Amino acid sequence: MSLIASLGAIEIGLIFGLVALGVFMSFRIINFPDLTVDGSFPLGAAVAATLIVAGWNPVAATAVACVAGAVSGWVTAWLNVKLKIMQLLASILVMIALYSINLRVMGKPNVALITEPTVFSMASFGGMPEQWAKPLLLLLIVIAAKIVVDLFFASEAGLAMRATGGNARMARAQGISTDFHTMAGLALSNALVALAGALFAQSQGTADISMGVGTIVIGLAAVIIGETLMPARSMVITTLACILGALLYRFFIAMALNTDFMGLQAQDLNLVTAVLVAFALLVPAYKRKLAGLFKGKN
Amino acid sequence: MKFALLRTPVAAALALGMLAAAPAFAADKSVAVTAIVEHPALDAVRDGVKAELKAAGYEEGKNLKFTYQSAQGNVGTAAQIARKYVGDQPDVIVAIATPSAQATLAATKTIPVVYSAVTDPVAAKLVKSWDATGTNVTGVSDLSPLDKHIALIKQVVPTAKRIGVIYSPGEANSVAIVADLKKAATAAGMTVVEAAAARTVDVPTAAQSLVGKADAIYTPTDNNVVSAFEGIVKVAQQAKLPVVAADTATVERGAVAALGLNYTDIGRQTGKIVVRILKGEKPGTIASQTSTNFELVVNPGAAKLQGVTLSDELLKTAKVVSTK
Repeated sequence: MSLIASLGAIEIGLIFGLVALGVFMSFRIINFPDLTVDGSFPLGAAVAATLIVAGWNPVAATAVACVAGAVSGWVTAWLNVKLKIMQLLASILVMIALYSINLRVMGKPNVALITEPTVFSMASFGGMPEQWAKPLLLLLIVIAAKIVVDLFFASEAGLAMRATGGNARMARAQGISTDFHTMAGLALSNALVALAGALFAQSQGTADISMGVGTIVIGLAAVIIGETLMPARSMVITTLACILGALLYRFFIAMALNTDFMGLQAQDLNLVTAVLVAFALLVPAYKRKLAGLFKGKN
Repeated sequence: MKFALLRTPVAAALALGMLAAAPAFAADKSVAVTAIVEHPALDAVRDGVKAELKAAGYEEGKNLKFTYQSAQGNVGTAAQIARKYVGDQPDVIVAIATPSAQATLAATKTIPVVYSAVTDPVAAKLVKSWDATGTNVTGVSDLSPLDKHIALIKQVVPTAKRIGVIYSPGEANSVAIVADLKKAATAAGMTVVEAAAARTVDVPTAAQSLVGKADAIYTPTDNNVVSAFEGIVKVAQQAKLPVVAADTATVERGAVAALGLNYTDIGRQTGKIVVRILKGEKPGTIASQTSTNFELVVNPGAAKLQGVTLSDELLKTAKVVSTK
């Protein structure tokens, strides 16, 4: 794997680290299987790209993209808590509706940003080569997002949200509005995912209607890889594990792209990625087994 | 303590990644092809490039390293393939279809990039204009000859005034084609009736919606529409609404006629540009090209079922096939 390929994996892994944080919030904290992300990821990209092409400042465009993502998450939760539509169905409805909305936002299926200013072209870190500057800026953004999420979960509002997902009846008995916290939680979760979409569009020079396909799968895989390899009770470690899981997933794809010497071909890519992820998930179990073996001998 | 790093599984997995680095072997020239998805047309482009390279004396394994990767439909993977190629430093990167071409351009401004099967490279911001751009990018567009398609519809259904077009609103190429089709139709004194199908399963419903509103159905080179083509043919036979296609392969599947691009030819045309760059020309001095090689194919059996008779003139000039 070349240095540039590794930096590319880090760059895209960090972006999907934000997706993983969002998916972690909905699936693990609020206990809401939310598929909205397949629509809110391209929504963030569509809003940011359209505004940038219209002449907006990239930072402002990215901020508006986050708000748009938050609204989509809010709508999903509202459909569930107010209209009592099943969680999965509510998120599917918003996800498919977002396909049309994203087309409306962009006015066409693909908005190119290659020649436009982006947050990456704004932050050049004193003329640092692009392949270093992009992951560095993303690292700063992801660290900032992680700190904000960690601080939030340690705050009273964040604890109320965790209680909502952990035991809704108990939370209500303590006077917590579980409806509000479900809506706020999904809004935050999808704001993070839309931020990822906005950053992806700017780093890859395009927003495309098809870019949301499978976002939830990659996000969930990252969360589960992270949780398996770094099991922890502490929220600070668990959010870190999500980001590392996303990075690892991207490294597995980069590795799978380099397996042509083994007689594997281009069409085997997804299979190879899946096998690598499965192996990674086996590592902790084998570590325990080996540790048990040695203890038995001594 | 020596292997402390390996105690964390994350570090162990990363170390595994470093070991899996592919050994590069010496070759005179290297060409790397990236495509967004496996698809008969896109695969034909890739094979055309390979065939042209071979014809020019660049043979895989002898004096050419030829690599191919497909993102399997995932835009994130397309970006990673682009990074891998930029790291590998090939002599030329061939990028097939819009998302792969854009991802490649986001990754390099120096390695020569030859795009292919991109309908509107200017709208996709791959090039500033259709002329030579002075950048590291050139390529071949698969823009359909829409005025010729409208002329063909008139030949098949001389009374046609309203053209029904079925397409996916999510495919950049199709949206560009429908916009141009409207202009070309207006110039020919005809109108266009749109039927959008977001997914493959929506295609038959879209075809049904054209019954009574259009005099003929036109299908562009749209992935969803081509995949679900049989559903259109069924409606066409019931409603006697003849189908004219942009893709010659669909004539065997029941279209009345098609004047189409041959994607192997587009690949060979792309390959010719690659050879010129390998021989030392700068991509910035080569203008973007469109395909000029069209093939006319008709299906008299399908015409009969869809309520039209093909003229002798059409039958004489076209390649005649029957429904498989």
